Formats: sequence, structure tokens, C-alpha cells
Amino acid sequence: MLDTQLTVAVTAFLSLEADLLDFKDYNAWLGLWQESGMYIVPVDHNAKDFSAVLNVAYDDAEMRRLRVQRLSGGEAVSTAQAKPTVRTLSRVRVLSSGEDLIHVRAACCLFEDNKNGIRHFPINLEYKLVPAGNSFKIQEKIARVMQSEDHLTTISYLF
Amino acid sequence: MSNIIARSASTLSDLIQEDRVHKSLYSDPELFEQELDKVFNNTWVWVAHESEVPDKGSYKTAMIGRHPVIVSRDRKNQIHVLQNRCRHRGATVCEGKHGKTKAFTCPYHGWGYALDGELRALPKPEEYEGILDKGEHGLEKLRHESYQGMIFATLRDDIEPLEDFLGGAKKWIDLFMKQGGGYPVKTLGDHRFRFPGNWKIQLENTTDAYHFPIVHKSFISSVDEATQDVFDFLDGEGFVEDLGNGHSVMVMIPDLIDLEANLDEPIPERFAALAKELADEGYSDDEVRKLVRAVGGSGFNLNLFPNVACSMAFFRVLTPISVDSTEIHHVAIGGDGAPEAFNKMRMRLHEHFQGPMGFGTPDDGEAWERVQRGAHAGTNGWILVNRGMSKLSQSDDGNVKGAVCSETGMRAAYQKYLQYMTAEESNNA
Repeated sequence: MLDTQLTVAVTAFLSLEADLLDFKDYNAWLGLWQESGMYIVPVDHNAKDFSAVLNVAYDDAEMRRLRVQRLSGGEAVSTAQAKPTVRTLSRVRVLSSGEDLIHVRAACCLFEDNKNGIRHFPINLEYKLVPAGNSFKIQEKIARVMQSEDHLTTISYLF
Repeated sequence: MSNIIARSASTLSDLIQEDRVHKSLYSDPELFEQELDKVFNNTWVWVAHESEVPDKGSYKTAMIGRHPVIVSRDRKNQIHVLQNRCRHRGATVCEGKHGKTKAFTCPYHGWGYALDGELRALPKPEEYEGILDKGEHGLEKLRHESYQGMIFATLRDDIEPLEDFLGGAKKWIDLFMKQGGGYPVKTLGDHRFRFPGNWKIQLENTTDAYHFPIVHKSFISSVDEATQDVFDFLDGEGFVEDLGNGHSVMVMIPDLIDLEANLDEPIPERFAALAKELADEGYSDDEVRKLVRAVGGSGFNLNLFPNVACSMAFFRVLTPISVDSTEIHHVAIGGDGAPEAFNKMRMRLHEHFQGPMGFGTPDDGEAWERVQRGAHAGTNGWILVNRGMSKLSQSDDGNVKGAVCSETGMRAAYQKYLQYMTAEESNNA
């Protein structure tokens, strides 16, 4: 039996996160995280221990803070004319749930308005969420971006 | 319009002058096709580091210009560079990035090749009775040679040995390979991305210190004050040397030329935790100092014409895709057998600056995209590479030497490029 109430709550949380990222409210996004949480964009989608391999991004709290500073601080030329991205979120599935941790998987397709045209990135998202009051905090987010095992473009926003 | 300009120029030497190159070099599709033939088909091209094919049966795919190739290690531990093309109907026989296999089997009709490229088996051989010699239908093998584990291959059997081609660059490759911290250098994975621009824009960038404090302001802001000082090198004692054959070295941080020297210097604050972790694991003070000094990489970029650079702490590899598209690989390196903490730190440092989401690469990419777009502006125009020309000197090795932010390395690359592009003999393989 599906826990529809939990799926609805998780979907609402993931939609909130997607909205914050698309509209570049990065400081609010930082507030969604557990201090010990990890934001990971892997090269190798099948790696078992991401700390032991090279990733596109492997951010602890300090690196997330620095990354947000870079993306919003005005010093990075690649962010100077950045427009909002558009990401659609679907196929949200709660893989397992306990009192302390909820394991979630979802599909995402992100569109970027680049000066060379609209680019899009299909992404399999995986989250470990910690219940926090009537919402959640992110303990782990893994964004498996299609083709990150092969080649991407340069990226100046967050998956 | 750039095509018209290119064709109206009497020779390529009109487009490639000592102090400037014509913008059509970035945008003319005809020139691009000539480059693949005249440059990439006629020189040594880097295809792999030996650690990428560590075991019997290991393979890696790579490109030489437009030629897909396989680098493999056979059962006798011999390395081969093979054209990735079935000798029957031409399908690629290997589409993996890297891995291990016992053989390469064409998916189309099942022709099977050994790791050394020999044709071993094919279905229904009776129809080839008397008309096909298996011994003559292996995957085509390319000439390849290695230096310090770096494997280069060429379509030409008659060009100089690799070591002669590398020439003055060998000294710097030797220095670069000290960054394993006392262990042999091995690759730790790579970042791959494409940018909408010509390959020579990237070739130039590796020897362009001038852009660093401008383009990489956001990266500099993300590191501690001591590291900021290290990267504040434009007014320092750094230099660029023309090493011959299109190669050059750009020394940004002279103190980090030799990673095995000055081991008694204080350990930088940002590596204090690593030093403690290594000491706690039982490594001696000497070992700890050697590892910590090597962990951030060398203080120079070695640009090897035409497709690879030993760039501070990684290999930068470029593949031309089209006149306005280039694929870049940033290959992370560490120490083979080195402490886990050392290799992990190197990967985290690599992720910080390099790759599609690094704090440095996307801003380089933005600048390169704009160069490519700008190449289409106007009916005529030049790219200046004359910076530092009036203040050249001779290095201790007898090479032309300019300031760290001079464009000496770009001029070296373009003069070699001109030599290839105007050579009468070329291999049209």
C-alpha cells in the first residue's frame, strides 16, 4: 500500500527545492540542508563510495556555501547573464521510509536558456531526507545527470 | 565572410604572423578540415596514460583528430593503439570509455579481435575460403611510444621518435611526474565537457596566465588568504619558455617547480588537517612533507602541442569536434599506492576548480564562447599574441623566455602549427 500522504509531502518538498534552484534563491536552498548533508553530482553513476572517486560535484556544507557564494556573488563571468532555469519534476517514488530517514527517487528534466540555444539535461535524482517538523532536511542529494559519464557542457547553476 | 578572407590570403603565413593570427583560424571550416589532415594526422597525439590501462585486458578509447582508436594492454602486458574500425564493414568494435575485456567483437557480423588487434575468429568462415587472409585483417595498429607513462600515437611511421618530438619538454614532464608524492602518477578519473568554440582557443588558454585573476576571480575568492597569495602570480618571478616543436611551459609559481625540493618549508594551513591525518596513519615526517607538498600539484602548465597539457595538477586533453566545437577532458591524477587521504584530497581539489561544475572551468568556458562568437564579428580581424614580445630573454636552457603573462607559449604553438599547415608532405590516412 502506497503511503500517499508521505509521497505528497515529499513531492511538495522537492518542488520547493526545484523552485528555489530555478529562481536562484540559493541562500534559501542552503537552509533546506542538514549540516552534515552531501550534494553529489557523480561522474560514475554506479559508484558505491562517492568520496573515493572523482565527481562533477561533491559538496559538503562548506563547499555548498562557497558554491552559492560563487553563483550569486557577481564575480563569476559565467553567471553574469544567467537566466532562470526550468526544471520539471515527476516520477517521485518513496523507496523506503523510517522515522529518521526517507529514501526518495525522482525524475527531473532541466532546461537552460543558453546564448547558443536551449539546452536540456535529463536527471535521475536520489534523496535521503530527514523529517524536520512538518517538512524535511536533505541529508544527501545525488543528481545523476544523463551524459555526465561522457561529456557535459559547462554549468553555472545547480542540478 | 571568413572563408573569403582565408581564400583571398596568398598563403597561410599571411594568416599566421609572428605577433598575430587571423580570426578565421577559429571559424573557417575549410581550415579546420586541413588542420585535421595536416596537423593531427602528421604528429604525435597523446592518447592515454599507462595507468589508464593498468592490467592485462584493460582498454581505453581515445581520438586522434577524427580517428577513433583503442588503447589496449594484451595478455603479454604489451600496450597497443588500434584503429577502432572492424576490417569487414567498418563498424567500431569498442564503444566503452574504458574497462576490461578479453576481446573486441564487432557487433555487426561478429568478427572477433584479440587485445593486440589480431583477427581471431569470424562466423561462417567457409565463405572466405581462399579469399581472406586473417593474418592481414587485424585491427590496424598505430605506431605508439611512451614517455613517463604518457602514451602518444601517430599515423605516421616516418616522423621523429617521440622523445625527439618532446625535446625540451621532457625536463618538465619529469618534474610534473613528481606530484605523486613519492608514488608513481596514476589517473583518478576525468571530467569531460564540450564548449562551442575552436580547439585552438583551449590550446592558447593553457599558456595564458594573463586571464587568471580576471576570469577566475570567483575561484580566488573561494580559497583562503594564503592560497590567494600563491595564485597572485602576475607580478611574480614566473615565466614562459618556448620549448620548441610548439611546446611551452608557463611557470606561475616558481617555488613549486620541483615538488621534491624545499621539503622543510612550513605546511600550509589548508593542508594541516591532511598532514595530521597522514601522521596519525603512521607516515614519517619526511613522507608527510613530501605528500603535502605534492598534493596541490606543480607550479606550472606544460603545453604539449597539439592536444595535451600537464596542467598544474591534471592532464588537459583536447579533441577537435568541428570548427566551433571542442571536447575537453580534465584528467585527475594522484599517486599509485599513495595514502587514500592524499588521493581523496587531490580529487576534491580537482573538483573545486576543474570540470563542468568547477569554480574555474565554467568561467573559462564563458570567455572561450565569447571568443568564438567574436570571431564572426566584422569582415576582417586579428587575434593578438604579441604580449611580452618586446621583453624577451634567453632562459638557462637557451630557450626564448618571456614574462609569466607573456604570450610566448601561444606564439610557439602557432609557429609549429604554421609549419604543419604549410608542409608539403602529409599523410591522408
